[in-house]
Amino acid sequence: MTKDELKESINIALPTAVFDETGEWLNVQVEATEWKAMAQWLRNSVLQMDYLFCLTCIDWKTHLTVVYHLTSTSHRIPIVIKIKLDRQQPQVETVSDIWRTAEFHEREVFELFGVQFLHHPDLRRLILTDDFEGFPLRKDFEDPVNMVKL
Amino acid sequence: MDVREEIREKNKDFPGQIIEAPGGGIIAGTFQDIVNWARSNSLWPLTFATSCCGIEMMSVASSKYDFSRFGFEVARATPRQADVIIIAGTIVNKMAPVLKRLYDQMADPKYVIAMGACAISGGPFFYNTYSVVKGADHVIPVDVYIPGCPPRPEALLHALISLQEKIKSGLTREQGINEKLLYDKG
Repeated sequence: MTKDELKESINIALPTAVFDETGEWLNVQVEATEWKAMAQWLRNSVLQMDYLFCLTCIDWKTHLTVVYHLTSTSHRIPIVIKIKLDRQQPQVETVSDIWRTAEFHEREVFELFGVQFLHHPDLRRLILTDDFEGFPLRKDFEDPVNMVKL
Repeated sequence: MDVREEIREKNKDFPGQIIEAPGGGIIAGTFQDIVNWARSNSLWPLTFATSCCGIEMMSVASSKYDFSRFGFEVARATPRQADVIIIAGTIVNKMAPVLKRLYDQMADPKYVIAMGACAISGGPFFYNTYSVVKGADHVIPVDVYIPGCPPRPEALLHALISLQEKIKSGLTREQGINEKLLYDKG
């Protein structure tokens, strides 16, 4: 399967998706509300995206972007999904029931960026201490005790 | 002569002097000196490494550099059998209580070497973060510091020998405390 074929099949399944082909991999911008159904489709359709190899988040100061890197062990073609979230109330459906590995990745994004993954089975902190305040990977995070402001 | 060379010269031989007597010799020296001499030549390090400096430490333990030549014979996996802890790597806020506990569990007398930039000051890269302790000496007292990122194996060997000289001269923190206790008792 080529990048163009991948793009075409996604375009048929989800006409609202926005594509960006500047990078090595196909980037797809998806709405948060459409993501869950899209994820189900990516996993179960002919694309067979059975491997979520990276789940992370970016703070753009104006909004947050959750980034999913997926690939298929049968087709070997990676794809990048980006979801724009409101910074004040970042919420997106969990995909941990589709890709089990997302369970821990979502917990990490939750504690470091404060993104709420709806219907996650166990949305607790993963690495930080229980009494930690704030989301340390957000750009406006301040910690006057441990950090010098640059 | 430079102070370090003076110390080295002083500690070169077995402490005390040999008094020739018929049928053999008698070695006379203070008991403290002999204890320090014995202790300094049998320092067992704790297997403790938190990042890349640990790889360098392993290299020093291997046959190419081999710190057992200097009495750092066996790296112990339990603090209860170790004399010296080499802090090889970054200490983060979550690791700090663990490090403190390991130090407390070590038997007296115990010594600490801070290896590399992270253990000295939080490191050249990750110091301005929410998670890193800016120097292991915020948690436990350090006897010898080794700069570098990571330090070369030779630098670690040099630090280990410096620690031995410090012990032989009775200048480590532990020995200072013990002396003060004796002095206070009168």
